[in-house]
Amino acid sequence: MSQTTAAAPTVEVPSIPLAELAPWALFFGLLAVLAIVFVSADQGAFSIPSGNAIHEWVHDGRHLLGYPCH
Amino acid sequence: MTARAFLVRGLLAGLFAGIAAFAVGYFVAEPQIQTAINYEESHEDAPATHTHSGDAGAEAGHHHDEGGTVVSRHNQRTWGLLTGTLAIGIALGGIVALVAAGVLGRIGALSPGQSTALVALLGWVAVILVPFLKYPANPPAIGNADTIGSRTTEYFVFMVISIVVTVLSTMLALRVRDHYGTYTGLLAGVGLFVVVMVIAGQLMPTVNEVGDFPADTLWYFRRASLITSATMWAVLGAVLSGLVGRLYSREQSIAARRALAASL
Ligand SMILES: [Zn+2]
Repeated sequence: MSQTTAAAPTVEVPSIPLAELAPWALFFGLLAVLAIVFVSADQGAFSIPSGNAIHEWVHDGRHLLGYPCH
Repeated sequence: MTARAFLVRGLLAGLFAGIAAFAVGYFVAEPQIQTAINYEESHEDAPATHTHSGDAGAEAGHHHDEGGTVVSRHNQRTWGLLTGTLAIGIALGGIVALVAAGVLGRIGALSPGQSTALVALLGWVAVILVPFLKYPANPPAIGNADTIGSRTTEYFVFMVISIVVTVLSTMLALRVRDHYGTYTGLLAGVGLFVVVMVIAGQLMPTVNEVGDFPADTLWYFRRASLITSATMWAVLGAVLSGLVGRLYSREQSIAARRALAASL
């Protein structure tokens, strides 16, 4: 699975090159931030899409997880 | 150890974290949310302290039903809550896993499982605990609808400051540790974090829209909020560091077998 561990089966902990990590972090980071924004702030501080369906549906979670709701 | 292996395990850990947070939230926090909503509805006719919108009576509390969708309380406290905790749990699971992948082998002599657990612990302090101390969670019935924009901005600005200062403090702790030892390193890192965050907290605007909301319900709700997020991050950290630790020991034994085979 990894070349770094195979080369050094000692106590040395392998690290993952940041260049290898960057595309994963960028892609998933964007997705995750989008999901968090929808649950925490959308149709409260701003509304894309307009309406209040998302806000109403995740309402209790928004309060409970500490985000300003209303 | 690859980024992909971390991410997959993070999503799985986040799924468990979301389910656990829902279970705790449902039993510990929902009764308080209901009490708050009952309070809100019983005070709706009275001159409301928390609504100063132009047209009196347009603000309808927890259901902002200005002709919009209405979700039943039953759906809000079951499927709605589950949706929220799962989405946040899985999103956080992936983020924590990728951060853990990034710091792997870069935090002193910590094993992969240990450094992953440290990321989850510091993550909870930076993302939840410290922002909560400045801008604590509020139940329905508290909050002026006119300030929701500025309150949301302030909350996330303070959270971002907290995250950035946590990263800088960790880097400082590691740097100092290299020269003066672990004790001094920890002291420097924690000291920097506490001092900068207290100053930032003093400079950021205060939000107080509690009015005459009952203090006992407010405290029970806020405590329940902390318990719920602590559950989410604890399950996330425990499952993820367990999975990462197992992955590492499996890869080590494969590597050891290969080395043995090569030596024969
Ligand atoms: Zn609300």
